[in-house]
Amino acid sequence: MRELHQRLKSLFPLGELTEQRPDLGFVTVPAEYLRPLLLQLSDREGFTHLVLLTAVDWIEDGQFQLTYLLSNRGAARDLGVRVMIPRPANGLATMDGIHDIWPTAATYQRELREMFGIDFPGSPRVDEEFILEGWIDKPPYRRDFDTKKFSEENFNHRPGRETRDPEQYMKQQLYPDGK
Amino acid sequence: MKPELMKRMVKGPDGQEFEVEPLRDYYCEAAPTVMPAAYIKIVEDFFNWARSESIWILGFGTGCGAIEMRPLMTPRFDAYRYGVQWRPTPRQSNLFIISGYLSVKTLKRAIRSYEQMQSPKYVIGLGSCTINGGMYWDSYNTIKRLDDYLPVDLYIAGCMPRPEALLAGFMDMKKIIRAGNAEGANKYAENFDWYKANQKQVIHDWDMPDYNW
Ligand code: SF4
Repeated sequence: MRELHQRLKSLFPLGELTEQRPDLGFVTVPAEYLRPLLLQLSDREGFTHLVLLTAVDWIEDGQFQLTYLLSNRGAARDLGVRVMIPRPANGLATMDGIHDIWPTAATYQRELREMFGIDFPGSPRVDEEFILEGWIDKPPYRRDFDTKKFSEENFNHRPGRETRDPEQYMKQQLYPDGK
Repeated sequence: MKPELMKRMVKGPDGQEFEVEPLRDYYCEAAPTVMPAAYIKIVEDFFNWARSESIWILGFGTGCGAIEMRPLMTPRFDAYRYGVQWRPTPRQSNLFIISGYLSVKTLKRAIRSYEQMQSPKYVIGLGSCTINGGMYWDSYNTIKRLDDYLPVDLYIAGCMPRPEALLAGFMDMKKIIRAGNAEGANKYAENFDWYKANQKQVIHDWDMPDYNW
């Protein structure tokens, strides 16, 4: 993994390598170098399989982190490529799609468009509804979306629901005299 | 609304153009009506006895609870010995088990399936999710009270209830039917506007007819 990192580092401005396991590492790369890096990985380094594409909302930093997890089946190792992109407070973030390298990416991109509000212009059917139907609020995986509030406003609740702290409750049940 | 549901001109194979309005042409618009009981109580009781002995379940699993229906269909718990069986289509079934959480998207399908079932029809809510939201009580995407959207005859509590609980539920369901209290379909017809209003309150892209059997 290290040696692969060294090799790639001479070509791209890569960040530090985070090795989670001997066969799983993560690197960060500026958004404009993502495509050449992915092409290099898939065409030259044997990382031919896109395992997943997902996002993390770093709301405090005003950024989205996109993680492209690639797998090299022959060498049995995985490499995650992380990209930080700006996160507008309202409206869509934008990123270039990679569906021309891996057609399966189009599905992930549709999901990200719907759940995080990250647009991938030109990606097939990216503007269509994916999982949600008739969604009316901001993308639900954004961290400033308050799921509890939304649920309280939108759905009828049955009264009488109680919540207890499990630790306190069990203590009371098992040791009622407080010992 | 989806483009395929919109009114449009269609050209037939013979070159003739004609207008298609899917919501009117393909579905029935009439609201459901209350089905009166038989002319004399003893006959109605006989009907109810017969109904209670042939519970046909719609094989439609909505949440995690659907997993518990599989062992029921197979020899270990074998619900068939109680005259309970699963059917593949709504037209052939009279019991709809909502087996857990219902996302808004599934609710839409559940409503359509329920409406396509023949009366008299019954609904069982399986698991805490159908009762008060269960562990999905603060989810952005699931309903919390099933009985606001469909007439529920019986709830089976648990997360998830074991097949034994379901078997006990079937026995209770039979008692309810035999006592003549399983009037869900009539309740639905009577309070049709209320149910529709509740359904439309959560389904924001209502793109089906109001009643579509
Ligand atoms: S009640 Fe529990 S098992 Fe059933 S659908 Fe809800 S979470 Fe799943």
